Amino acid sequence: MTSDFLLALAQAIAKGLLTGMVYGLMALGLSVIFGVMRVVNFAHGEMMVVGMYLAWAAFSYAEVTPLISLPLIALLFFALGYLLQRGLISPFINRPEHQQFLLLLAIATLLANGALAIAGPDSRVVQLDSQFDSYEVGPLVFDAVRVHAAVAALAIAALLWLFFTRTRTGKAIRAAADNHMGALVVGLDVRRLYAFTFGVGAACVGAAGALMITIVPVTPFLAAEYTLLAFIIVIVGGLGSMTGALLGGLLIGVSEAVAGLLLQPSLKSMFSFGLLIVVLLLRPQGLLGRKDAR
Amino acid sequence: MSRLTAGVPPRVLVMLAVLLALLVAAPALLGGYGLSVLILVLYFAYVGQAWNIMMGFAGQLSLGHALYAGLGGYAAAGLYFHYGIGPWAGVVAAVAAAVVAGGIVGYLGFRFSLAGVYFALLTIAFAEFTRIGFDNWEWAGGSGGLFLKVERNVLDIANLRGGPVLFYYVILILAVGCFVLCRVLLESKLGRYWLAIREDAEAAQAVGVPVLRCKMLAVTISAALTAVAGVWNGFYYNNLFPETAFGISRSIEITLSPIIGGLGTLFGPFVGAIVLTGMGEIFTDLSDWLHIAGIKQIFYGLALLVIVMYRPAGVWPWLARRLGVEERRS
Repeated sequence: MTSDFLLALAQAIAKGLLTGMVYGLMALGLSVIFGVMRVVNFAHGEMMVVGMYLAWAAFSYAEVTPLISLPLIALLFFALGYLLQRGLISPFINRPEHQQFLLLLAIATLLANGALAIAGPDSRVVQLDSQFDSYEVGPLVFDAVRVHAAVAALAIAALLWLFFTRTRTGKAIRAAADNHMGALVVGLDVRRLYAFTFGVGAACVGAAGALMITIVPVTPFLAAEYTLLAFIIVIVGGLGSMTGALLGGLLIGVSEAVAGLLLQPSLKSMFSFGLLIVVLLLRPQGLLGRKDAR
Repeated sequence: MSRLTAGVPPRVLVMLAVLLALLVAAPALLGGYGLSVLILVLYFAYVGQAWNIMMGFAGQLSLGHALYAGLGGYAAAGLYFHYGIGPWAGVVAAVAAAVVAGGIVGYLGFRFSLAGVYFALLTIAFAEFTRIGFDNWEWAGGSGGLFLKVERNVLDIANLRGGPVLFYYVILILAVGCFVLCRVLLESKLGRYWLAIREDAEAAQAVGVPVLRCKMLAVTISAALTAVAGVWNGFYYNNLFPETAFGISRSIEITLSPIIGGLGTLFGPFVGAIVLTGMGEIFTDLSDWLHIAGIKQIFYGLALLVIVMYRPAGVWPWLARRLGVEERRS
């Protein structure tokens, strides 16, 4: 092993960790929604792509950088998620899984193809002024955009943690997730809490989209890939666990970057799916999930 | 034969006979376009029926059925392409490959007692894993795809080379055969066991149903039938790509006819295939006229939304009630 190789490896790991933070934020949205409502959001990647497009549109039409438009996008996604849950998903909460799947598949189809109809099939890029800046720590070089995106993702995750542990609404949502009947008995408005949760989950993925566009160009066809990626991350980390989603994001970010370095790039997601199979079989509750979460 | 038709009202038998006669006569009655649409309907009815065995009868949600269709298609097409072995022999290899794959997915999933969403994710993971594998496998053509030679104006039944009429009759026989098989299975002891497992697996286990063996039979039978559809599909279109053969969109496509038509019913996949293919054709025309990218899929998504909102149990149970030909609840 030469020191050149070790440096390249360290570089790939660093890059993977930074991208992984954004992955983690995306997966956090999926995990929150599932953890509370037991609904699998099959439209997650599609929502991500819509978030990326909104940040792109804000940048190219109004010259607002994604980090500035992010709070607005998150707010908009919160409202959309809230209404979506209230209007469409709410009646399906206790329906069989295949019906929930079909409903979210329909929503996913509408979102991805809505994006295609409006923005077209070409890939869209956000070219920031800081595009080529970097931070150097010893021999390692960190892309500035990646560092900013990762720090923002971490900050949002921290805010979310504060929301769930410090606010009344956040605690009430956790109570409803732990014990649905109990929450009803003590008089919580579970329907409103569910809508709120879907809003929070949507805001996470919208924010993740606004960050991701600074790293990766967007096309409508990325949507299905992101949905699968979010599934892999939450299963590996533990479906319904918040720290698990972040850890899973980092793990998948690093494994993709390292596999991209060592193997052909086309094989890197094979590695992720292989990891998904192993975790599903050996530890279906995920690395940090609870046993009864199944 | 008598067991097959036991409990079916004579009126329904007459209707089925008329329907079958119309389907047999269809190539003479329809033009080229009409026949191509009907071919699609029968294909989706067949493959939906195959998926329905696993989900509709035994209650195991698979979102990775493209794995079996893709393996089947690649096995038969690869044997024909490389060694000139015709699809009638190739289908044996195709079924064997799919049964092995289904056996592995099923055994691992059931043994480690994954249920519902977790099992569905496992099936997706295996299909995607295989897709990427085929992307990088030279023998199967890699991501550039595998192409069968297109021969015009030949009728070579031994190698399944010919025009739409040949493929129409093959898929018609498959669809009718699968329909009859499903009826037989549902009426058999195995079928009863499946329904018991679907409704409550723990209770079924408690009263002595061999749950694991029944689930394994469901997944392997379903995989075998799906592989045959994959072979037909590969030879009909003359090309195979990992993305279209194993991709998640193909798996979803397979599930739609039975879900839209009515899960667990015999006629559901057929009705669902008519609804979906019909909608697809109308929306294609509409989008040709509108010239907006993605508009076809938007209409499609809206239609799915309307159906799942207002007919969550599927179109067929509702339609059957209207026609007075309800299937016995299964």
